[in-house]
Amino acid sequence: MSEGLCETVHKAQEWRTMNVIVCVKQIPDPANPGALDASSNTLKREGKLILDESDSYGVEMALQLVDAAGGGEVSLVSMAPNSETAGLRTALAMGATKAVLVSDPALQGSDALTTAKILAAAIQRLGGADLIIAATESSDGYTGTVPEQLAEVLGLPSVTFSKKVAIEGGVLKADRQTEDGYDEVTCPLPALISVTAGVVEPRYPSFKGIMAAKSKPVDEVTAADLGVTPVGWAGAGQQISNVAQAEARAAGEVIEDDGETFGKIVTFLEGLKVI
Amino acid sequence: MGISNIWVFAQVANGAPTSGSLELVTKARTLGGSVSVWVAGDGASVAGALGEYGASKVFAVDYGQNLAGVAVASAMKATIDGGESPDLVMFPQSYEGRDVMARLSVKLGRTVLTNSVDIEVAGDSVSATTPIFGGNTLVTTTFTGGAPYLAAFRPKSFNPEASGGAAAAVQAVSVPDLGATGTAKVTAVHVEETTGPKLDEANVVVSGGRGLGESANYAMIETLAKLLKGAPGASRAIVDAGWVPYSYQVGQTGKVVKPSVYIAAGISGATQHMVGMKGSKNIIAINKDKEAPIFGIADLGIVGDVHKVLPKLIEALQGR
Repeated sequence: MSEGLCETVHKAQEWRTMNVIVCVKQIPDPANPGALDASSNTLKREGKLILDESDSYGVEMALQLVDAAGGGEVSLVSMAPNSETAGLRTALAMGATKAVLVSDPALQGSDALTTAKILAAAIQRLGGADLIIAATESSDGYTGTVPEQLAEVLGLPSVTFSKKVAIEGGVLKADRQTEDGYDEVTCPLPALISVTAGVVEPRYPSFKGIMAAKSKPVDEVTAADLGVTPVGWAGAGQQISNVAQAEARAAGEVIEDDGETFGKIVTFLEGLKVI
Repeated sequence: MGISNIWVFAQVANGAPTSGSLELVTKARTLGGSVSVWVAGDGASVAGALGEYGASKVFAVDYGQNLAGVAVASAMKATIDGGESPDLVMFPQSYEGRDVMARLSVKLGRTVLTNSVDIEVAGDSVSATTPIFGGNTLVTTTFTGGAPYLAAFRPKSFNPEASGGAAAAVQAVSVPDLGATGTAKVTAVHVEETTGPKLDEANVVVSGGRGLGESANYAMIETLAKLLKGAPGASRAIVDAGWVPYSYQVGQTGKVVKPSVYIAAGISGATQHMVGMKGSKNIIAINKDKEAPIFGIADLGIVGDVHKVLPKLIEALQGR
């Protein structure tokens, strides 16, 4: 056996199993317009929360990578108020094994940096993983910095905006979106990636999966349990100083198509001297 | 006291600073003090352009095969540890910009305000404004920690205006030892070619969405865009569905466009999409659902089937 082949066999054994942690956010249903709480100027997060659709891609990606590795498990970390688990149950129903939920009234008003520290501590509570996956940004707050901040807190390499991901011989290979196209990136594990929507097709939870999810372990902790202080408004390096309504853009003419409305568009474009 | 030393991270594409970067240099110039610009890669080739917009210095980071984000953030941190003290660091809300600001945020223990469209300095107080709920509400946030303040801006928040300054002085900054964080390496770079005007610079943009029904129908969007000498765009839904490349996407996670005319065909108007195009001077929307949010901001709204309206419109324009 050549030395090269020995190496390959060794790597294959070493990476026979793979543990992945997915950061998921539980958000108000985007179908209902959001609102700010007038007293705190934070996004209202009361009522039923759902799994952020952006995160369903990461959960699916994790499940596929663990399958491809031939073993291991997918765990979840999430930060949400009121012990909310509805979104986590969806991800557990898809096939994740367990979750850490950080729920603590003290976290209200936390900035992205504090969020990254909290998620990092939750990941460490799970003992870390070979790969951490997050969405590129949430669908409600869309700050878009948490994944890379999380990588820095954990001291990990990262590939953000991954639109194609594979693990070959224990090495991550990803196509990373850029302004002009994409870069091919390789990275040893452990590492963190953020995945773009559409990177994989998320599965629908099966009935069996939904039933099984009800009894899967969700470890609920506070910021103090994780040893992260200060948090919330006290830990945030920012303070909301004003909230104003933007100048509304008035709706113009809306007409039902009767087969001739294309003419209206032509006239409109002529008026603007575009044609 | 105010702000006396501002850093701007500039994104360079095809050998030139992007317009999103030049607008930040322009804005930084108006806030007072000196403006230094950080670039990933060669500094000499962009020193002239950056100087013209008001930069006096260019910090150039030769990042090799590293990902630019972690390399530039580490070089910035090392430079601050070496005695430089920026009051404000401005970033474009670009792919590299996000990575640099996020890494730097943790290294400095400072918050970063993202998606900003404006910044105001009043004495020692620095505030940034961010649109939320698709731009219906403007939230102004004031930094409470100490400097340096970190803020990222959406494209087209300011107008880039040259001030006729001399070429900026270039200072090469080496990348410190990145440890484990530097083990991700770029092995190949791919540029997606596009023809016609660039999406974020075109005078006319024609975008298609899920209402087109199937990917083959996107050809109508391309044809119409060509007839109007514009650029074709897309909603996130059909980019995610794989009909068109990501570079076509208009919206929060895609391009921000402000053309003279924006035509939205088969797009309902999710918040994600609207924040990327509501700054357009004139908006025409075609959608079969009369309740679609897009009609709330359209100057001309046609409640109808894109498969019927678009072919007739194309035919009428071809006949001219």
